[in-house]
Amino acid sequence: MLHIVNKSPYENRTLENCLRVITNEEGAALLLTEDAVYAATKGNIAENSLKAVMGKIKVYALWPDLEARGMQDRVIDGIKLVDYAGFVDLVAEHPNNQSWL
Amino acid sequence: MGEDMTEATGGIDMEEEGSGVVKKFMFVNRKAPYGTIYALEGLEVVLISAAFDQDVSLVFLDDGVYQLVKGQHTKAIDVKNFSPTYRALEGYDIEKLYVSKESLEERNLTVDDLLVDVEVLDAAAMAKLMAEQDVVLSF
Repeated sequence: MLHIVNKSPYENRTLENCLRVITNEEGAALLLTEDAVYAATKGNIAENSLKAVMGKIKVYALWPDLEARGMQDRVIDGIKLVDYAGFVDLVAEHPNNQSWL
Repeated sequence: MGEDMTEATGGIDMEEEGSGVVKKFMFVNRKAPYGTIYALEGLEVVLISAAFDQDVSLVFLDDGVYQLVKGQHTKAIDVKNFSPTYRALEGYDIEKLYVSKESLEERNLTVDDLLVDVEVLDAAAMAKLMAEQDVVLSF
């Protein structure tokens, strides 16, 4: 399943709540979009939580949102970057998806 | 005339001939850019406030510090990149920009990552500055 998070990890606990649920989910993928891309940057508050799941879960961040926010050179190693076409591919590749609003 | 003027200026009390009382206005920016409209709307109000010759301070707290990060390129998300506007504030005599020390640190940012010159304040100094204001507007 593809999970999509779009809120800053400093703004609320959506990302942490999502990670708690999906941490052992087989074949899960997580896509960070909009203000959630701050969670994909080195030294951010959610870095350790994210790294803890990255062995089991594929983590993606939306490149246009990183670039808009000036975060393009700060991405944590191991996070895969996708553009809008890649976003569509992720949705198509997974049997279902959830946006953690 | 006096009452009409107050209404027309959104409650800001302007006296005739532009010799009104100067109040201390603070704009508190606490949201990241682009994810919500707050940052842009706040900036618009700041620019409007410049027309009223008030004592304006801008504060960047929490995710608001992300508004000032260098290297924003918004072409791919098809949204206006308003970050260069912060550099133009000086031209409107808005020169008091304050950034929270703690907010920078917890985001792994330094003043070198910001696109304007700012004064960095710790929490105690920030609280003191806020308490000194006549009007505080939060975005």
